[in-house]
Amino acid sequence: MSISIDQSICIGCGKCHDVCPGTLIKINEQRKAFIKYPKDCWGCTSCIKECPVHAIRFFLGEDIGGKGSKVHTEKVNGLVRWIFELSDGSIKTIDIDPKESNKY
Amino acid sequence: MKIERIKTDLLIIGGGTAGCYAAIIAAGIQNNPQVAAGTKILIVEKANIKRSGCLAAGVNALNAYITEGRTPKDYVEYAKKDADGIVREDLLYTISEKFNEVTAHLEKLGLVILKDKDGKYIARGNRNIKINGENIKPLLAAAVAKAPGVQVLNHVNITDFSVHDNKIDGAFGFGIENDTFYAIEAKVVIVATGGAAGLYRPNNPGFSRHKMWYPPFNTGAGYAMGIRHGAEMTTFEMRFIALRCKDTIAPTGTLAQGVGAKQVNALGEVYETKYGLSTSERVYGTVVENLEGRGPCYLKTEGISAEQEESLLKAYLNMAPSQTIRWIENGTPSKANVEIEGTEPYIVGGHTASGYWVDTKRATTIKGLYAAGDVAGGCPQKYVTGALAEGEIAAKSAVEYIRTARDCFVANAPRNDDKIDYRRHISEKEIENHVTEIEKFLGNKKGAQTAENLEEAMQLAMDAYAGGIKTGYRYSENQLNRAKKEIEIIEALTDNLSAADLQEVMYIYELKERLTVCKSVIAHLAARHETRWHSFAENLDYPEKDNIHFRKYVNSRLENGEIKIILRELTAEGQKNYEHQH
Ligand SMILES: Cc1cc2nc3c(=O)[nH]c(=O)nc-3n(C[C@H](O)[C@H](O)[C@H](O)COP(=O)(O)OP(=O)(O)OC[C@H]3O[C@@H](n4cnc5c(N)ncnc54)[C@H](O)[C@@H]3O)c2cc1C
Ligand code: SF4
Ligand code: SF4
Repeated sequence: MSISIDQSICIGCGKCHDVCPGTLIKINEQRKAFIKYPKDCWGCTSCIKECPVHAIRFFLGEDIGGKGSKVHTEKVNGLVRWIFELSDGSIKTIDIDPKESNKY
Repeated sequence: MKIERIKTDLLIIGGGTAGCYAAIIAAGIQNNPQVAAGTKILIVEKANIKRSGCLAAGVNALNAYITEGRTPKDYVEYAKKDADGIVREDLLYTISEKFNEVTAHLEKLGLVILKDKDGKYIARGNRNIKINGENIKPLLAAAVAKAPGVQVLNHVNITDFSVHDNKIDGAFGFGIENDTFYAIEAKVVIVATGGAAGLYRPNNPGFSRHKMWYPPFNTGAGYAMGIRHGAEMTTFEMRFIALRCKDTIAPTGTLAQGVGAKQVNALGEVYETKYGLSTSERVYGTVVENLEGRGPCYLKTEGISAEQEESLLKAYLNMAPSQTIRWIENGTPSKANVEIEGTEPYIVGGHTASGYWVDTKRATTIKGLYAAGDVAGGCPQKYVTGALAEGEIAAKSAVEYIRTARDCFVANAPRNDDKIDYRRHISEKEIENHVTEIEKFLGNKKGAQTAENLEEAMQLAMDAYAGGIKTGYRYSENQLNRAKKEIEIIEALTDNLSAADLQEVMYIYELKERLTVCKSVIAHLAARHETRWHSFAENLDYPEKDNIHFRKYVNSRLENGEIKIILRELTAEGQKNYEHQH
């Protein structure tokens, strides 16, 4: 369970670094973010929700059933869109209205 | 390393659920003209209050709420029954009476709560209401930012209290990224550092070792600092073992209460009714079914409707997103039941009753130190609203403490001056001692041991000898003795650890905190000569419940380096107030 950061997109704003509850993400000298302690990630997805350019992806480790999908969120028309890039190349999305409660 | 001295009035250690709320309430009180304004409030948080602690990913229900037709007394009774009597009713009452008030406050701050067409909250079971709690922590953090007089120090890890003659006057810590040591002097302190994860070998010890239920960054610092300074602690033997979705360790309440999924074994039999429905019995039943060859166990979700499934996928994204990903990658809950397993044991006073022994005002046995949330003991089933309620109670008590201390000071030295400073001054020598210790770790030559290896060794020892997953949570006295020895050996090795930077120094302190907590857990497990809660404290030498000798609180205090066990009588039925006997 961890995250990966696409440094070619990262603009070095530092927001992911700021919110990580374990302070696991650092910014290097080229002002690119990297996860210094990948095994220490709790999987809270806070960093992913913060990134303004959607450079961060979240994945499950193979040890807990991960199959290579990459996940991130984007805000679309006031909705939170979860985007799942599956390993077979297909994409699935789930939209959540932040103004609506969970049903369960 | 730079050294910075800070003076504040109210220091809050840990800016999580309870800590943030304590700051918001304390700031509100000081706006009240009857209280001396200008009280300085400082939150010190090891991460960043925007997403730190239990609420980082979000939560999707408020598990403690007084629903229509129910009373706070019902909640107290429920929690008492679930813990088989070992609770403090005064503590449970005082939070239960506040659940609905703090919920209304959360809604005002922007929390979305599910309502029916008449605008009434929709209950989930008897005690829960459903929310969209994905952003609950950012909402609290935004309220802190608006609260007058509140300052926040993010990314500063507190490692020690400053205590003299059993009275707290501040704390020590360091910035994990700014090369600064902080000596903070305060008139009163609230500790709100949450519980302790990572004591036992986790479910997934490999790459996903931190995919645990409780935040791996809550390392028991608050417990450890209190223990070392001789605070009385309670009920560390009542470990919390969560029944969770296998692999992702995501909560199961949403499945059980949301879609009514029952616990079934591999034969498809509903087994939960066979063992009882208390929190510990649900875990125990699952352990026994597995041991007796009827595992794996599941929550029966097969056949739920497409609509139900969609709501589930969304609900988990707002709380434990990895579970939704797992479903999408491996088959969704309508098609396959969800496998469940018990987690490694955690010490967490918001679910079970481990933590500081506090009075009704949440004062610990160290003068001037208050505790709130998962770090405070005696009061299980607190959850989010209980942590907020305790934050509020502790904040009010702390402000009151400052006022009476000032009155007392003014009476002794009559000068009509609000600015009189009666904080004790932290000496240069004390600062030097702390800095020297940190610099020792930075200067130590890299040796054979690392904090990571020693942490793993600690988790293995706890797993094998102090009732971890490996033994089905069971332990014997002989095993506990062995656990104690192993932990002491590991502890002796920590002095030689080396660190490249202050973040690595923090990891060393976290390890030390966990080791301190482990020793208390072991001592408490050994002291309760009975099995009152299956799995949570399953003592093989005493497999039965013993109401004659152990309808008692098992408390402890460190005296001359040894953990002294104190058995205390339960408070009286219905007792609404408890004071420390100093
Ligand atoms: C995954 C998960 C899901 C949950 N779901 C629900 C739910 O749906 N409904 C519900 O009602 N309850 C739920 N709970 C329970 C509830 O969230 C907690 O009981 C409550 O938030 C605890 O609050 P706290 O303030 O004690 O701890 P936290 O909110 O964790 O705060 C502790 C803070 O202290 C900081 N800290 C720790 N050590 C130090 C140090 N040495 N120096 C400085 N800072 C430090 C931490 O970084 C953290 O910010 C859930 C808990 C978890 C873990
Ligand atoms: S998912 Fe959470 S724990 Fe992991 S790197 Fe991002 S913010 Fe940190
Ligand atoms: S939030 Fe995104 S853009 Fe900003 S530093 Fe992190 S990865 Fe880079």
